Amino acid sequence: MPHTTAFARNQWYVAAYSHEVGREELLGRTILGEPLVFYRTEEEGAPVALADRCVHRRFPLHEKPSRLDGDRIVCGYHGFTYDTSGTCVYVPGQKRIPRTARVASYPVVEQDSLVWVWIGDPQLADPQTVPRARHLDSPGWVTVRGMEPIDADYGLLVDNLLDLSHETYLHGGYIGTPEVAETPITTEVDEGAGIVRVSRHMDDAACPPFYAKSTGIEGRITRWQDIEYHAPCLYLLHSRIAPVGVLPEADGSDPNGFHTEITYAITPSSDGHVYDFWMVSRDWAIEDAEVTEFLRGNNHTVVMQDVDALNLLQKTLGTERTGYQELSINIDTGGLAARRILARLVEEGDKPVEKVL
Amino acid sequence: MSTGATGEIYRIDWIPGTDVLHGTCHCGAEHTAQDPVEMWEWMLAHPEGHRPQESSDS
Repeated sequence: MPHTTAFARNQWYVAAYSHEVGREELLGRTILGEPLVFYRTEEEGAPVALADRCVHRRFPLHEKPSRLDGDRIVCGYHGFTYDTSGTCVYVPGQKRIPRTARVASYPVVEQDSLVWVWIGDPQLADPQTVPRARHLDSPGWVTVRGMEPIDADYGLLVDNLLDLSHETYLHGGYIGTPEVAETPITTEVDEGAGIVRVSRHMDDAACPPFYAKSTGIEGRITRWQDIEYHAPCLYLLHSRIAPVGVLPEADGSDPNGFHTEITYAITPSSDGHVYDFWMVSRDWAIEDAEVTEFLRGNNHTVVMQDVDALNLLQKTLGTERTGYQELSINIDTGGLAARRILARLVEEGDKPVEKVL
Repeated sequence: MSTGATGEIYRIDWIPGTDVLHGTCHCGAEHTAQDPVEMWEWMLAHPEGHRPQESSDS
C-alpha cells in the first residue's frame, strides 16, 4: 500500500515562485489534492488563485485555449468567465447566470519572492502567519532555485531534510563528508510555533566539493548546519562554513564565515506526490557568475539524487505489507519531532472550526 | 504556523562522544535515553513522570 502522510489543512503553502505567476501563461498546480490556477491582475499585478475547474463541465482553466480577458479568466471550452473572486460573470447564450456558477477563490500572499496559498477555511487565513525567508529577496543575497516534482509522499521529503546524515552517503562527493553522519545533533521543538530546530556543528570537517570549489577554501573547515523547519511547508537550513577554528567575532559579526541559506518549500500536491521547491542563497561572491552557475548545477545534481532516492523509496514502500516495521536511531530525533508536529497540525486542520460569537 | 502559541520548548541533546540522548521538557524535567522514540514518548507524556530538576535514567 502506498506510503501517505495525511495533509494538514488550514495552513499556508508555497504554490509557486513569483516569477512563475504572470499573465502570459496560466499556471496550474495541484496542492493538497486541490487543483488551482494562478495568474496576476493587469493593473496591480496581484496574484490570484482560483479552483482550476470550470463549474460547467470541469475543464481545467489553466489549459489552453483558456485565457485571460483583463482580470477575468475565460474557460477555453465554452467561455464561462470568472472574475478574481471566482464569481462567474458571463455564460454563453443567455443573460441569467446560475447562482451556483462560481469557482472557489483562495487567499494568496506574495512574500520573499514566493507565492503562498492558504488551503482550508478562508476565514482563518492570517497573512501575518506566513513564515519569512527574507534572504530570498534581499539586497546582498543571490539565489539559485528550481522545483522538482517528486512521486513520493511529502512525509518522505520531510524525513529526508530533517536528517542530514544522509548527505554523507547519498550526496558523497557533493555536499556530504564523513563528519556529517558522525556528528551528534541537538533537536529543539517550539511547540506553539510549530517549529523544529536541528543543529549539527562540526568543528573540524573536510570541505565538500560544493563549498571548496565555490568559496575557494582549501583545507578543513568549521561547518555549522542549523535547520529551522516551520511545519508544514517551509524549511530553512542556515549553513555557515569557515576555515577550521575561525569563529564569529565577539560582537556577533562574522566577516570570515561563508553563509549559505538553503531553503526548501515542501508542498504536498496529491497523495504520493510533492513539489520540491529548492533554493540556495549566498551573501558571498555575489557578483561572481561562475560561482552562481556552479552552485546552480551542483545543487540541482544533489536535489536529483534526493528525487531519485525518494521516488524509489515510495515505490518500495508501496510493496510493503501494511504495518511494516521501521527503526529509528539518534539521527532521527529531529525527523520524529517533525512527524509529530505534522500529525498535530493534521488533527487541528481536520477539526470543525468553533465560531467566535 | 500553528495558531495555538504556547511557548513550550522541548530540547533533546545527543551528548557528544556517546550514544546518549539527554532531554529537557519545557517544565524543566530531564531524562536520558538511548532511543529517540522512547525519548519522545517520555517527553510527550508530560506532566506524567515529569518532576522538574530531576534526572532519570532509562
